[in-house]
Amino acid sequence: MFDILRELIFTSGFVSLSGGNIIMWMISFVLLYLAIKKQYEPLLLLPIAFGILVVNLPLTFLMDPEHGLIWFFYHYGIELDIIPPLIFLGLGAMIDFGPLIANPKTLLLGAGAQAGLYVTFFAAVLFGFDLQEAGSIAIIGGADGPTTIYLTSKLAPHLLGATAVSAYAYMALVPIIQPPMMKLLTTDAERKIVMTKLRPVSKLQKICFPIVTAMTIMLVVPPAAPLISMLMLGNLFKESGVVERLTNAASNELMNVVTIFLGLSIGATMTAATFLSPKVLFIFFLGLFAFAISTGAGLLMAKFMNLFLKDKINPLIGAAGVSAVPMAARCVHKVGSEANRRNYLLMYAMGPNVAGVIGTVVAAAILLKNLG
Amino acid sequence: MPELIAPIAGNVWKVLVAVGDKVELDDELVILEALKMETPIYCDDAGTVTEIKVKEGDAVNEEDVLIVID
Repeated sequence: MFDILRELIFTSGFVSLSGGNIIMWMISFVLLYLAIKKQYEPLLLLPIAFGILVVNLPLTFLMDPEHGLIWFFYHYGIELDIIPPLIFLGLGAMIDFGPLIANPKTLLLGAGAQAGLYVTFFAAVLFGFDLQEAGSIAIIGGADGPTTIYLTSKLAPHLLGATAVSAYAYMALVPIIQPPMMKLLTTDAERKIVMTKLRPVSKLQKICFPIVTAMTIMLVVPPAAPLISMLMLGNLFKESGVVERLTNAASNELMNVVTIFLGLSIGATMTAATFLSPKVLFIFFLGLFAFAISTGAGLLMAKFMNLFLKDKINPLIGAAGVSAVPMAARCVHKVGSEANRRNYLLMYAMGPNVAGVIGTVVAAAILLKNLG
Repeated sequence: MPELIAPIAGNVWKVLVAVGDKVELDDELVILEALKMETPIYCDDAGTVTEIKVKEGDAVNEEDVLIVID
């Protein structure tokens, strides 16, 4: 009887529990709170938080290579780079590139906002990260979760939990991080600028866009192919109007299914041993830095363009050049309407916003090509 | 006759006035929802609401007439 009891205790998780595990539980509880109560990116944060919790329960071996349940999700989904492109397929099926087609100038804003990535890359190298780690951290500035995961899993898989969580955290924190930058770098008069109406975009243009963009980007930067091909295929589903079932499957069912495996796997990479290091704090700090610089670069790029444009653009839309869709566009709209309540910038901001998605993928592909 | 035009495409979230209501400049008349964000649409001219062309839940395009004011 005593032996059975003793065995029960010694095979339980309690004896193997470490202080680090308990700290990770606390982090998991905070993320669960933010997801459930504050609704910060709950679709991802909730499975991530639960993944953190279960992987920090000792002796469960959920992430044991070749054995653990979540390891299989992680290995086949993320290590083999299957899930991020599938998320992009769904995103493509949801994104309307119309505002970008109507105003192609905004592509420059989506490109300008990637400046933060390169600044942060060098900052991370100065802080002692190796080149691959620095690339993975820099991409956080694009504020694009799937791209961050895709690049980190190829360059520095040991940082996956930290970079993914910080990318999603900053996407959720757009309404807190961006407005002060916007107000700092623009004048009241600039924020009041009302933009000229967007021209209507024909169906033919919307159908041609994903085909032409896919061909152009993949010819110029071939490593962008997995993400761009899926993004543009999803968009072609949507704009063609003839495969509604595929559009719905990509943007709803498939997207939801892979989101579960993505979130859980990312959370499960965050064991106490890998996550609790001073490096991770630096990653969060540098990620924030990258995001702020990207926002600023987008704003300044818009102001620079205004030097040459007859019809001035509202520089706020430059801040939407980071790719957090549609959070950044909403934020621009809100700050713009505070300056002039008859200013409706939402659709104008969607141009740079969707351009930012493409810009971040291209930036990731360039980093991958040079560092991978 | 002045008209309240939808400045962006979206769904009508709330109509805050009824036919016959007197409205002032800058009153909130309609709230549109686009990209999961509520956007209030403000009155451009004072007057009386004579016709409401949309109801809650309707999808509207940019430039659609929402409300007619006399």
